Amino acid sequence: MPHVGPRFRARLFWLLIAGFCLLSSCRQSDRSQTSDPRAEGAGGGAILSDPAQQGYSTSAFHIGEGQRLYSWMNCAGCHGPHGGGGMGPSFMDAEWRYGGGMADIVRSIDGGRPNGMPSFHDRLTGQQMWQLAAYIRSLSGLAPKDVVPSRGDQMSSKAPITQRSPDKPAEPREPY
Amino acid sequence: MRRLLALVPLALLAGCSGMQSMSEGAGFGSHLFNQLMLLFLVVTGISYAAVLLFLTMAVVGRRNEGGEPRLQALLIAWTGFILIGLILLTGASFLSDRREAREGSDRTPLKVTVNANQWWWGIEYQNDDPSQSLRTANELHLPVGRPVELKLNAGDVIHSLWIPALAGKQDLIPGRENDLRVVPTRIGHYRGQCAEYCGLQHAHMAFDVTVESPQAFAAWYKAQSQPAPEPADPGIKAGHDFFMSHACAMCHAIGGTPANGTTGPDLTHVASRKTIAAGTLPMTRGALMGWIANPQGVKPGARMPAVGMTPDELHAVASYLETLK
Repeated sequence: MPHVGPRFRARLFWLLIAGFCLLSSCRQSDRSQTSDPRAEGAGGGAILSDPAQQGYSTSAFHIGEGQRLYSWMNCAGCHGPHGGGGMGPSFMDAEWRYGGGMADIVRSIDGGRPNGMPSFHDRLTGQQMWQLAAYIRSLSGLAPKDVVPSRGDQMSSKAPITQRSPDKPAEPREPY
Repeated sequence: MRRLLALVPLALLAGCSGMQSMSEGAGFGSHLFNQLMLLFLVVTGISYAAVLLFLTMAVVGRRNEGGEPRLQALLIAWTGFILIGLILLTGASFLSDRREAREGSDRTPLKVTVNANQWWWGIEYQNDDPSQSLRTANELHLPVGRPVELKLNAGDVIHSLWIPALAGKQDLIPGRENDLRVVPTRIGHYRGQCAEYCGLQHAHMAFDVTVESPQAFAAWYKAQSQPAPEPADPGIKAGHDFFMSHACAMCHAIGGTPANGTTGPDLTHVASRKTIAAGTLPMTRGALMGWIANPQGVKPGARMPAVGMTPDELHAVASYLETLK
């Protein structure tokens, strides 16, 4: 080994320390695949008490799963492939008929709403409803930008969700 | 360490048995492949030996032994061997390819559509009469000797279909239709496997292949075309009712019932299959219940959620699924 000066050694030491500090970011994001079984089962109240509910709206994984469920469960059939609305209300405007909070949306999915929204009570697991709610909120720009899915699986003529301004959740604008 | 190294060839030998082996040669494609493999081994083996011989001569022999004429003769012989060898390998590859394409072209091919998803195989037998088409999952039954034209699609990411015992592999690409032609030549049970890394459970994305006599195939096809039997006793009826009124029916289809989801495998005759969860578990009562109770424990990341149910409900659903022969 060639001779190395003490200053070089000191630098190497600090470089190694800095490298180890970087390792602390190697934590995998939480991807719990099942919801708490205690939160499952009868009654919307039980689903709404899911202790993990805080995590869903800030998890890229859960929002991605919600996106998948959105097309699998044919939400797009009424609410449009990107939540643009159709037979059912749009998810892109800032208007929420029954509230735009996570729990409000889960309540709408679980119990259904008058004038057409069917109840998915027991048809989806609690976790799936939370995932869907997180995705639906991301459609109107209510999810943190670093966790929203960058592009849908369908063809699209719009810019991906990450490239839209999070400050202006698609409010109707004056034409100019 | 040396002992560990000695184990390596042993581990390789484990691949030499039966149902998922290229050397099985149970299809025309893999049979030709094995012949080609042998030819390549012989030609490349001879040239390897020749190179070693020349090397030994150069090391041991004296300089310029035999003079210019001998060297020239050797060079000509060596060049000739290389030319002939290359022509032989190229020609044999080309002819094998043509032979495989021609094999069984005088017979009506069986048309099957394969739709690969994370992490299971949707199988659809096509028929000119759409009512005679058949949908199943994670298993392929093929009549021996009849060519099969597989149309390959993928629903999410790139997969690859490989039944080593029958033929080479072909990728399944989202938004694109690929073809694979297989001519099974020997009756038996084989195994296919996804051969393109496709996510968490890539290793657990397999399917069973049964090559059988045309009569047995026709009987199987007829049985599979039937709708599921009505639940006979109250216990099984309870399982049926749970299945239909919970998340199961949103993704799975059972012929003859209101369940007609296409997101998960078709379960109309799930109990007649050899394995469940895409070749992951054997089709037994215990495996079935374990899989339903906690899919994420068996295949972490699989798209099937754990549906909250009581032990009684779990037993009832398993009993119901077991009747779907």
